[in-house]
Amino acid sequence: MIETRGLRKSFTTRQGAVEAVRGVDLTIDEGEIFGFLGPNGAGKTTTLRMLATLIEPDGGSAVIAGADLRTSPGEVRRRIGYVAQGGATWDDSTAREELVLQARLYGISKAEARTRAARVLDGFQLAGYADRKCKTYSGGQRRRVDIALGIIHDPRVVFLDEPTTGLDPQSRAHMWDEIRRLRAEGITIFITTHYLDEADALCDRVSIMDNGEIVASGTPAALKREISGDVVRVGVASPALAAEALGSAPFVNKLETHEDSIRLYVDDGASAIPLVLRALDAAAVPLGTIELHRPSLDDVFLTRTGRSLRES
Amino acid sequence: MKLLRDTWLIFQRQALLLLRNPVWILVGVFQPVMYLLLFAPLLKPALGVRTNAEAYEIFVPGLLVLLAIFGGLFQGFGLIAELRAGVIERSRVTPVSRLALLLGRSLRDTVSLLSQAVIITLLALAFDLRVVLGNLLLAYLMLALISLMTSAMSYGVALAVKSEDVLAPLMNTVAQPVLLLSGILLPLTFAPGWLQGVADWNPFSWAVDGTRALFRGDLGAPAVWQGLVIMAVLAVAAVTWAARLFARSVR
Ligand SMILES: Nc1ncnc2c1ncn2[C@@H]1O[C@H](COP(=O)(O)OP(=O)(O)OP(=O)(O)O)[C@@H](O)[C@H]1O
Ligand SMILES: [Mg+2]
Repeated sequence: MIETRGLRKSFTTRQGAVEAVRGVDLTIDEGEIFGFLGPNGAGKTTTLRMLATLIEPDGGSAVIAGADLRTSPGEVRRRIGYVAQGGATWDDSTAREELVLQARLYGISKAEARTRAARVLDGFQLAGYADRKCKTYSGGQRRRVDIALGIIHDPRVVFLDEPTTGLDPQSRAHMWDEIRRLRAEGITIFITTHYLDEADALCDRVSIMDNGEIVASGTPAALKREISGDVVRVGVASPALAAEALGSAPFVNKLETHEDSIRLYVDDGASAIPLVLRALDAAAVPLGTIELHRPSLDDVFLTRTGRSLRES
Repeated sequence: MKLLRDTWLIFQRQALLLLRNPVWILVGVFQPVMYLLLFAPLLKPALGVRTNAEAYEIFVPGLLVLLAIFGGLFQGFGLIAELRAGVIERSRVTPVSRLALLLGRSLRDTVSLLSQAVIITLLALAFDLRVVLGNLLLAYLMLALISLMTSAMSYGVALAVKSEDVLAPLMNTVAQPVLLLSGILLPLTFAPGWLQGVADWNPFSWAVDGTRALFRGDLGAPAVWQGLVIMAVLAVAAVTWAARLFARSVR
C-alpha cells in the first residue's frame, strides 16, 4: 500500500542545515495499522508531510496506494487522508460545516457531502454537537473531528500524526477504538506516536525512528523478542548476600548488583520467580520486593540507540 | 469548471465566516462614515472649491481607494491565523485548485470592499455628490482591481513570512509611502514638481487620478484607462505570485 525508498529531506535554517529525514525505506501493507514511534524531532512529521504531498522530498521515491509521489502527487492526494499533528479545525466553524467543506474540496457534490458528513458525525459520535462552533469542543471531541475530516472522502490510506497526544486516558482508549474501526472498514492507517504503549497495543507493525533514520521495524512482539529474555529485579537489604545465593543458579544468564537490589537476566521471568524465591529462602536472605520486567519497545529503542525513549 | 467551482467553495466559506463576525461590519462601515462626516467638511476651504458637491467629488474617490488599499493589505493577518489553525494545510492535502485557495479569499475581500464602497457612495449622495452610473461602475472596477491586488499581495507576504510580527511592520512600511505619495487624501495638484515626479512612480497615484476623473464625469481622461490597465496588470501579477506560494508553502 505504501512503499518508500531512500526518502530524504533537510531544511535550511539560520543555524545551518537540519537533516530531518535521512533515507527512509518503508513497506506498509494494505489494511494494517502501521506505527511510527520516535522521540521529539525524530522526523516523523516530516516523513508524513512528504508522503502527504505537502513538502517535496530532497531525494528518494514513494508509491502510495498505487500512485507515484514524485510524478503524480495529484493522484496521491485523491487517495489519501492526512490529519496533522496540530489539528485542522477553525474556531468559528462547526464540525458539520468543516466536514461538508472538506468533502467538497475533494470534488464531492453538495448533497453527497451532506450525507457523508452526517454519517461520519454519527460514526465518530459527534452528532450531539455537530452544529456547535469548534472552539466549544473538548480536546478529545475536536481531535475526533480532525480524524473525521481525514477520512470523509473514503481514502485508501490515512496518515494520523499523533492522534492521541494531549488526550486523557479515556479519550485515548476511545480514539484507539475509532482507529481500529477504520481498519475494520479496510483503510490502511499510518500513525505516529511517541507513546510506547500505543505503538504496542494499537499497531500491527511499527518502525522506530530516531534522528531521521529507522532503527528497527517489525511487529511489536517480534521486536521485543529480539531483546532476549526478561529481567527480574529483586529488592533486598543486602544485595551481596542475594547475589551469592543466586550467582550460580543455572537459570540466571546475567546478574547485576545495585545499591539495594539485584537484577537477574533470565529467559522467562514467570518460571524464574518461584526459583528465585526458593533460593533466597534457602539462603535466609530477607526479601524486600520482587518485580518482573518484560522487555518493552523502550528496551528495543535502548539497545538500538543507547538512549531511552522516555528520557529523550 | 474546477477552478470556478473551487473558488466559489472557498469564497462561500470565507464570506460566511466574515458575516458571522459582526464586529467587522461595524468597523468596516463606521470608520469611513466618520471620515465622511468629520473630515470632509474641512475640505471645502482646504481645496478651495465652491460647493460641498465638488469637495466630495475629490474626497470620496480618494477615500474609496484608500479603503481598497488598506482593506487588502491587512488581510494577511487572517491567513496567518488560518495557517496556525492548520486550515491551510488541511486544504493543501486535497486536490483543490491552489489558485482557488487564493482567489476565493481575495474575491471575498473584494466583495466586502465593494459593499463598503456602495454604502459610502450612497451616503455621499446625501451630501450632494453626483456621479453617472456607468462611470461609477467603472470606478468600482478600479477599486475591485486594487483590492484584489493588495489582498493577494498581503496573502503572499503572509505565506512567505508566516508571522504577524513580521507582517505588521512590513505592511505599515509599504502602506505609508503609498499613501503619502498617491495624493489619496488630497490631490497632488498643488504639490511641488519633485513630489509629483515621485508620485508618477506610484501605481496607486494613477489609480486615484483615474477614479477621480470618473467621479468628475471625465470618462475620456487618459488617467481612466491608464489607471485600469496598470491595476489590472498588477492584480494579475500579485494573484499569480500568491497562488504559487499557496502551492508551495511550507507549514
Ligand atoms: N519547516 C522546518 N524548518 C526547519 N526545520 C524543520 C522544519 N520542520 C521540521 N524541522 C526539523 O526537522 C526535525 C524533524 O522534525 P519533525 O517535526 O519531523 O519531528 P517529529 O518526529 O514529528 O517530532 P515530534 O514528536 O516533536 O512531533 C526537527 O529537528 C525539526 O526541528
Ligand atoms: Mg511530529
